[in-house]
Amino acid sequence: MIDITEIKLSNAQIAWRAAQDIEDGAYVNLGIGFPEMVAQFQPHGKQAIFHTENGVLDFGKSPDKGHEDWDLINAGKKAITLNPGTSFFHHADSFAMVRGGHLDVAILGAYQVAQTGDLANWSTGKGGIPAVGGAMDLVQSAKRIAVITDHVTKTGAPKLVDTCTMPLTGVGCVTRIYSSLAVIDIEVAGFVLREKIAAISLDDLQSLTGAPLHLDGPLQELACPKELA
Amino acid sequence: MDKTIQTAAEAVAQIPDGATVMIGGFGGSGAPIELIHALIDQGARHLTVVNNNAGNGHVGLAALIEQGRVDKLICSFPRSADPGVFVAAYRAGKIKLEIVPQGTLAERIRAAGAGIPAFYTPTGFGTDVAEGKPVAVFEGRSYVQERWLKADYALIKAELGDPHGNLTYRMAARNFNPVMASAATTTIAQVSRLVPLGGIDPEHVVTPGIFVSALTEIPNPAQEEDLNRAEAIYP
Repeated sequence: MIDITEIKLSNAQIAWRAAQDIEDGAYVNLGIGFPEMVAQFQPHGKQAIFHTENGVLDFGKSPDKGHEDWDLINAGKKAITLNPGTSFFHHADSFAMVRGGHLDVAILGAYQVAQTGDLANWSTGKGGIPAVGGAMDLVQSAKRIAVITDHVTKTGAPKLVDTCTMPLTGVGCVTRIYSSLAVIDIEVAGFVLREKIAAISLDDLQSLTGAPLHLDGPLQELACPKELA
Repeated sequence: MDKTIQTAAEAVAQIPDGATVMIGGFGGSGAPIELIHALIDQGARHLTVVNNNAGNGHVGLAALIEQGRVDKLICSFPRSADPGVFVAAYRAGKIKLEIVPQGTLAERIRAAGAGIPAFYTPTGFGTDVAEGKPVAVFEGRSYVQERWLKADYALIKAELGDPHGNLTYRMAARNFNPVMASAATTTIAQVSRLVPLGGIDPEHVVTPGIFVSALTEIPNPAQEEDLNRAEAIYP
């Protein structure tokens, strides 16, 4: 099997690519951990408004060390800052924003994504303590659900699969995957390859993917800033 | 009418063994640390606790669990920077866990406060959390029936409070506190500052006093994050 260690995109590059698709004025929820990184790569001239489940809309960057206010945190329990225009609200209102379909985009991590759009990202099902947080609410209700992820697991198994074997977070919800090798849409046909890094062949990419990759129109090169590698 | 109580100890004195207790907060933000510690001192056992998380370090909810007071936890995310206390209790079979998606948890609590016994949500459809629950189709889409979640007591944290129990909150420390206030038979609030009637602009009241049974002033309340950085252990 091809070794992708040297050619795959870094997490920062994946996050950068996902950020390019967020439209000006979009209301966006970023999952905790890796997806939070997407906020750093907002393109100039496009201003997204970030929502965090614990009741803050339109928040700013992390504060400098020593300037944290622990009443002002995001869903990942990290300190954030106020923007002019920040609002606070309670949890039921926060999830009214989610379930009511008011968010334009949610970007989450994944253990597995199936070609049908099913997502597994909350429990490995192997006896670990399950923790779902707000993921199940987000994936059912934001207008667009994107996943950012390595293309394969640490042991090289595909994360893009025919059918999820791990417990599902949501059924038929994911519409786009930004992986460490490619950008893939999920449509009626299944995985539709839109972009791939130049350093991998189509055959090798297919061998690392657990379901057929379809082509629909021109295939673009997935090119990200080299300084983020 | 004056709902003010002098101390946290008096405020939680009546909570019996076996009670279902909602505890406000999201992680440490908005967590009523002093009320939780007073509940530990009071000694009630076999509690069912409703919280978004499962404690962090050895203070607050983690300390309540570490003292063996909690038989069951209903939460969305039992992970934290230091979840060791919960993990040990769970692995030892000493605590039951009911995982509820965060928005469903908030809405179940809101529904209880609003007198709505059940509702339909798209959240969790087709997943393990929907197992055994009725499903219905509305306008071509499937929804899962979820039931209200009530409590005997709610322990919450607010910023300003007046003698009628009108409350405001501080930034993201609002989170679950207002909905929990409405869903419990008895709601006890710790407030960072008690003000006279009229001291809160009616336009700024977040939780109207009708939802609050008692309040006690805890000036300069502890932050869980600060306690954990100082490696505090309660008691």
